Amino acid sequence: MNREIAVVAFAQTDHRRTSDELSEVEMLMPVLHRVLEQTGLKTSDIGFTCSGSSDYLAGRAFSFTLALDGVGAWPPISESHVEMDGAWALYEAWVKLQTGDADTALVYAYGKSSPGSVRDVLTRQLDPYYVAPLWPDSVALAALQAQALIDAGGTDEPALAAVGARSRADAVANSHAQLRGSVPQGEYLVRPLRTGDCSPVGDGAAAVVLAAGERARDLCERPAWIRGIDHRIEAHGIGVRELTDSPSTRLAAEQAGAFERPVDTAELHASFTSQEVILREVLGLDDRVRVNPSGGALAANPVMAAGLIRIGEAAARIHRGESDRALAHATSGPCLQQNLVAVLEGDPR
Amino acid sequence: MSKEPVAVVGVGQTKHVAARRDVSIAGLVREAARRALDDAELTWADIEAVVIGKAPDFFEGVMMPELYLADALGAVGKPMMRVHTAGSVGGSTALVAASLVAARIHGTVLTLAFEKQSESNAMWGLSLPIPFQQPLLAGAGGFFAPHVRAYMRRSGAPDTVGSLVAYKNRRNALKNPYAHLHEHDITLEKVQASPMLWDPIRYSETCPSSDGAVAMVLTDRAGAVRAPRPAAWMHGGAMRSEPTLFAGKDSVSPRAGRECAADVYRQAGIADPRREIDAVEMYVPFSWYEPMWLENLGFADEGEGWKLTESGVTELDGDLPVDMSGGVLSTNPIGASGMIRFAEAALQVRGLAGEHQVAGARRVLGHAYGGGSQFFSMWLVGAEPPTS
Repeated sequence: MNREIAVVAFAQTDHRRTSDELSEVEMLMPVLHRVLEQTGLKTSDIGFTCSGSSDYLAGRAFSFTLALDGVGAWPPISESHVEMDGAWALYEAWVKLQTGDADTALVYAYGKSSPGSVRDVLTRQLDPYYVAPLWPDSVALAALQAQALIDAGGTDEPALAAVGARSRADAVANSHAQLRGSVPQGEYLVRPLRTGDCSPVGDGAAAVVLAAGERARDLCERPAWIRGIDHRIEAHGIGVRELTDSPSTRLAAEQAGAFERPVDTAELHASFTSQEVILREVLGLDDRVRVNPSGGALAANPVMAAGLIRIGEAAARIHRGESDRALAHATSGPCLQQNLVAVLEGDPR
Repeated sequence: MSKEPVAVVGVGQTKHVAARRDVSIAGLVREAARRALDDAELTWADIEAVVIGKAPDFFEGVMMPELYLADALGAVGKPMMRVHTAGSVGGSTALVAASLVAARIHGTVLTLAFEKQSESNAMWGLSLPIPFQQPLLAGAGGFFAPHVRAYMRRSGAPDTVGSLVAYKNRRNALKNPYAHLHEHDITLEKVQASPMLWDPIRYSETCPSSDGAVAMVLTDRAGAVRAPRPAAWMHGGAMRSEPTLFAGKDSVSPRAGRECAADVYRQAGIADPRREIDAVEMYVPFSWYEPMWLENLGFADEGEGWKLTESGVTELDGDLPVDMSGGVLSTNPIGASGMIRFAEAALQVRGLAGEHQVAGARRVLGHAYGGGSQFFSMWLVGAEPPTS
């Protein structure tokens, strides 16, 4: 095992509250073109392609088939799709490269939350017999988690507000972010969470190119080597989980080698300020680590692409020489049920 | 770099029926998973990762059901992934799981696919229209019927071939205790007298809507040594995709299907599939797809596939049996249908297919396709470990 594989290119859309005038394919195509341009590769040069998206956001079965048309899959390509965040599509592509069947991979993800109420849509992820009929929305579930964390002494509302303010201030430097600058913490959405504690609802897409070994060095001046990547899932019912902890993140991080040496950067897929507090604690990130310099999901959260964007942002900092060892995290399910951790490194300078 | 050989050491499926009202979705998948573990004589603790697949979430109305199913599949604390590649998903899911073993990331992996169509209505689940897009308002049959017509025109096949396939597959299903349709009084005349749904596709030439799940335990060489029963060894596996609709697409024999098969044969060292492959579990949701895919998969020259069917070659006791289990025509839990093909291929080379066993089956192809004949996944399994 352990073929050297790197993220060699990353592109994303500008994330926006609505994109009524664009289909998913129209939203995605410029991103695909940009990420391929960065490497000089064409679709036909790519060894494996994998995408992440959700039919439930698109409101249509087999919605990913149209996105595939946008890739230009002719002549036929070796391709797959996960009905998950694009971070897991990247994992599948990484596995494929590990088998030696391919040397390069294109990974993309997209999601439009604007056509519906994403808070309501996400309730359809819950146990369909006992929980989903009650329509507990995603913000309400996160608020339960946030209150449990406050009750346990893990944080307080001013500390949460500071996380939100820092994220939006950092997002000023990110032209793709949806919320930037001094955004007010706002009114309570669901106590104890205010609007400023919650990620914005938005539409967007992202794409990444992976390459193995020397191929990566040919395609990128400073490849972001994936030193480890792992993901773990927890029980579904939030009543049987310790909500103030994230054991699946800890386990994934261990397996990915995150604790072997300190990281300088962490891109965390925390859709709520309280979740960043939990993830920092579990991952042992102290003040020396630059957390979410992109603004994170609190500045832009296109569902199904937001996790892949964390990997892309972490890699891009390595490409630019702003980081030597970065951690990227993606999550899925209510209250951090499923978590993926990747550790990325640049060549020594 | 050399890949780890991948072995199938456990197969489990549910008795497929129109509606499993006695179990939840979680209960259904757990039943198949337990049977696969029992076959391998393993416990949940032996499983390092779970890869699950199903067709669109709208078929049950549960978004990303792997989240809710994590507990039922013993996945808590483990990696769990969800694959979705339309009708080919069952095959793709197995191939993703196989890659985890081949790349030596995990030693033993559980892979599972399911559909509980009774929770919803698959035809309408496929028919949510969006602007400026041709809606599949009559389900899949309306989409595929013109392609069957094109095949008949191109090949000169007589219009009796489709009914022969349906009659054969439904008789094969009688030998498979897990098959959904057990039509004990089936006759060729009954198939031919059934109502025309989407000309030229008759009612008895279409697949049913099933509830069901299938699971496999995949493992490495060391795991295969410990297995209590014979293993099926993966000799080749591939996926290929092409766009849904475009000028120049050959809907009768898609290039993605031909190239996918060629890749599998290359990996398995097969030069002449017609001679070197003993049997095929083929994804045939409408009967005419048997002769069409016989050509697409390289078992017959262009325009000749129907002659193999007509001459009885694809019968259970023929020279190249196709859909020994009864196939998708007899059992169609959509998201599971592809993996059932893969699993039935494995059962054949393990010699564990029961009454529908092909004597001496050493190399068997499992085949799946999906979307508008645009997604293909296949694997070839053998009774012996791969030599290279």
